[in-house]
Amino acid sequence: MTYLAKPRLLTADAPRNALGYTRRDYEGAISTLCAGCGHDSISAAIVQACFDLDIEPHRVAKLSGIGCSSKTPDYFLGNSHGFNSVHGRMPSVLTGAALANRNLIYLGVSGDGDSASIGIGQFAHAMRRGVNMTYIVENNGVYGLTKGQFSATADKGSKSKRGVVNSDSPIDLVTLALQLGASYVGRSFSGDKEQLVPLIKGALRHNGPAFIDVISPCVTFNNHAGSTKSYDYVREHNEAVNRVEVILPRDKIETSYPPGSLRRVVQHDGSILHLRKLAEDYDPSDRIGAINYLQGRQALGEIVTGLLYVDSSALDMHSHLNTVEKPLNQLGDAYLCPGSKVLEALNTSLR
Amino acid sequence: MSAAQAIQSINDFVVKFANVNGSGSASANELFARAIIRMGVPVAPRNIFPSNIQGLPTWYEVRVTGEGWLGARGGCDMMVAMNPQTWDRDVAAIDPGGYLFYDCTKPMPRSKFRDDITVLGVPLTAMCNAEYSDARQRQLFKNVMYVGALVALLDIDFEATEKLIADRYRGKDKLIDANINALRLGYDYAKKHLPCPIGLRVERSDKVGDWIFIDGNSACGLGAVYGGATVAGWYPITPSTSVIEAFASYCRKYRTDPDNGHARYAIVQAEDELASIGMVIGAAWNGARSFTATSGPGISLMQEFFGLAYFAEIPAVIFDVQRGSPSTGMPTRTQQSDLLACAYASHGDTRHVLLFPEDPYECFTLGAQAFDLADRLQTPVFVLLDLDIGMNERLCKPFDWDDERRYDRGKLMTYEDLEAGKNFGRYLDVDGDGIPYRTIPATHPTKGAYFTRGTTRNAYAKYSETGADYIYNMERLRRKFDTAKDLVPSPIVQKSSQPTRIGAIYYGSTGPAMAEAHALLEADGVHIDIMRVRAFPFCDEVMQFIADHDFVFVVEQNESAQLRTLLINEGEIDPKRLVRVLHYDGSPITARFIATRITEAASERKISPIRKVAP
Ligand SMILES: Cc1ncc(C[n+]2csc(CCOP(=O)(O)OP(=O)(O)O)c2C)c(N)n1
Ligand code: SF4
Ligand SMILES: [Mg+2]
Repeated sequence: MTYLAKPRLLTADAPRNALGYTRRDYEGAISTLCAGCGHDSISAAIVQACFDLDIEPHRVAKLSGIGCSSKTPDYFLGNSHGFNSVHGRMPSVLTGAALANRNLIYLGVSGDGDSASIGIGQFAHAMRRGVNMTYIVENNGVYGLTKGQFSATADKGSKSKRGVVNSDSPIDLVTLALQLGASYVGRSFSGDKEQLVPLIKGALRHNGPAFIDVISPCVTFNNHAGSTKSYDYVREHNEAVNRVEVILPRDKIETSYPPGSLRRVVQHDGSILHLRKLAEDYDPSDRIGAINYLQGRQALGEIVTGLLYVDSSALDMHSHLNTVEKPLNQLGDAYLCPGSKVLEALNTSLR
Repeated sequence: MSAAQAIQSINDFVVKFANVNGSGSASANELFARAIIRMGVPVAPRNIFPSNIQGLPTWYEVRVTGEGWLGARGGCDMMVAMNPQTWDRDVAAIDPGGYLFYDCTKPMPRSKFRDDITVLGVPLTAMCNAEYSDARQRQLFKNVMYVGALVALLDIDFEATEKLIADRYRGKDKLIDANINALRLGYDYAKKHLPCPIGLRVERSDKVGDWIFIDGNSACGLGAVYGGATVAGWYPITPSTSVIEAFASYCRKYRTDPDNGHARYAIVQAEDELASIGMVIGAAWNGARSFTATSGPGISLMQEFFGLAYFAEIPAVIFDVQRGSPSTGMPTRTQQSDLLACAYASHGDTRHVLLFPEDPYECFTLGAQAFDLADRLQTPVFVLLDLDIGMNERLCKPFDWDDERRYDRGKLMTYEDLEAGKNFGRYLDVDGDGIPYRTIPATHPTKGAYFTRGTTRNAYAKYSETGADYIYNMERLRRKFDTAKDLVPSPIVQKSSQPTRIGAIYYGSTGPAMAEAHALLEADGVHIDIMRVRAFPFCDEVMQFIADHDFVFVVEQNESAQLRTLLINEGEIDPKRLVRVLHYDGSPITARFIATRITEAASERKISPIRKVAP
């Protein structure tokens, strides 16, 4: 652990966002991950995204399972409540938290072992339910914390550090999320901040289940030749279908692109996604087309990245449940308890 | 058989209905039970049903009990044999001198009957075929018809029964008329062709008073509404499912916003019990009162999460409606066999607060109280009932609620507290009772956030692997559990009429049978003090009670004497002083069983005076 602590000094000229916060206000405890671990870059991207979006840190609830990746919520947003739950079960805990207060921003952070191996069931059902959240899987193809065993996202034929070849078929969480009803689905690479930060921003402003699969190399156990989740391999095989820019209602700037190359998506909360096309034939509003495209390109060994699907009209779990606007955790006794009169009438009906 | 041998009894007998599952008999049988209650005579009905939906045999047993003994009695004075499949065993089950009621449409060979019982035949099928053309109607009204015949045979008030039907189908006049017509057909036939009334008779009384008739699971659901629960995560499992169904239906009624129809609650059917308890814990962490309902197999699946909630100190309420175990066990039979699995649920040094309701009234009160306790103690609270309480309608005290009562949300650190600069250590024992303060997410923009985790941490919620931090935390948790002793409902003692050195301890659904056994034993000169424990951790009175008696029977419904084990373990009691009385065949325990066992055991121990209790 060679990670050096950054001095928490505030320079007078540090840029501030609309809330008057600097980036430092979005940071957390010092990371204890290995130097160079992809997960730390994702934490930095989350910090940047929240800073850029002027999110009040305490309005975010960050939840995770167990693993190196799941430790990271301690390393960003120090003023947010965090919950490092149990292995593979973050989705249910997040779902419950979201039920209790519909007005917070829910950020779930998980690993490929946490979500695709032990937690595949909870991952699937949280997507199905339409939980309003940003769900990030920091995908390194191995269990980092237990020292490098293959996870369920490891590609068939990829080689472990000790030279063992994985013979099991991989689970592709992006395809699953698309099938199961996630309404914002992206993939990115921890080494591509330019792509990752806007993807996270779009997800945080999305209404409904937003899922981002971030390939995040484990430098200690899965960054060697023969691995399909190493920095080198991902750089070589990364095929981005688009680039995203998130425009908030308050931003007046209109970026100009050559006609036909830009797609505008207005999200539920008024934020606008500008998608600059990189793949001519890619349509991010076509769920089935996206699945087909991904499958086709994956067969060619490409890692497709970008905003792969977005449905800005999606409804979330609270709409399905028709819950009151006011968060359930703020309803007082008078709203909850029917009182003695009702009970008397009930007693009468039970005689 | 001569009439002299036939059982003669007023307001004290057992009628058993043998039916086919899915034939619509349940509502007719319930009508029978309620008609007797309307006459002011207590009844204790119980369903005995298989783990399937249609086709297998079911029984409904109604104990008519003028004295108000609501435990199962055992035996059968009258069998209403409506299921050809179980005919032989049903006929064999009738007590000598009892009565057999059956559909005599098809002639039966003499060998199918017994000489020592009174046989009462009504050609129900023939009458229904003559009256109705539709197959479903024939089936449904046949049930009402036999109730009509029983009304005549047992001298039940016909008008009271009619009124009951009118109340039940209020607003649906056609249904009222059709049901009363069927009732009348059965009644008239019996009056004309059978010797009404028979030796078993219902006589008006005033023993029911203002008591209500409801099943324990519904009462739990109502308790959750009154207790302020807003989030329920659950997964269907017999016999707990109807807790959530009741919660949902009461919520639709009492928790729907009158202005816009919005729900002041959220119920999510999870994909399994891991997810249901995960949701409960997530919601509770975020400040909503939340609960789940489950049974043994669900409790097993939830173990890891119980440990998390215990160690991270998150309130949660779990209704465990116990059933026959281990494994899938006897899903539709009753047992008290999850006690240890709940008391020490999850790996490591854990211990949990348990509440033991005796009947629907306590399902409601303890169910509501569980939410206050969970918030106050910041820990999971289990409400342990069982199938016998949960899935049978039971007479109980009417529910009451004090409108002055406010929810106890426990030790919450507020925005104002944080602004005022109060020292916030999430796991800091400020008051010496082991209970720390917590913040709900989003309480304050810059103060009060902390990281919740299942790993060891220091008093300020920072990750720590230091032995001293670990021990501080464990000792505080122990202190907190001791604090719980003074907060949970205290035990209820019923003294013998004479000073005695013998005691008995029991809990939950054993209550009514034990109360009756107590009276039987007293009448027979066996004097014991009895104590019903209502919670774990055990209050000091429980240990004092054991200390005050030479030995104590521990009466419970499982094979391995789990309550006894818990008492021995927690109170460091000499095992010899706690005598097992165990009932665990899946049927509810009876007073006869308890009295016989205690009499036998007491005589072995040479307690005088001893006389045999009539079996
Ligand atoms: C129930 C349970 N089983 C096993 C473990 C051990 N364990 C801790 S982390 C982990 C794997 C984590 O892998 P992943 O989610 O990919 O996270 P990474 O460390 O790679 O970021 C395992 C198996 C555990 N904590 N809990
Ligand atoms: S073991 Fe791998 S995943 Fe874990 S911190 Fe180190 S590099 Fe990251
Ligand atoms: Mg991993």
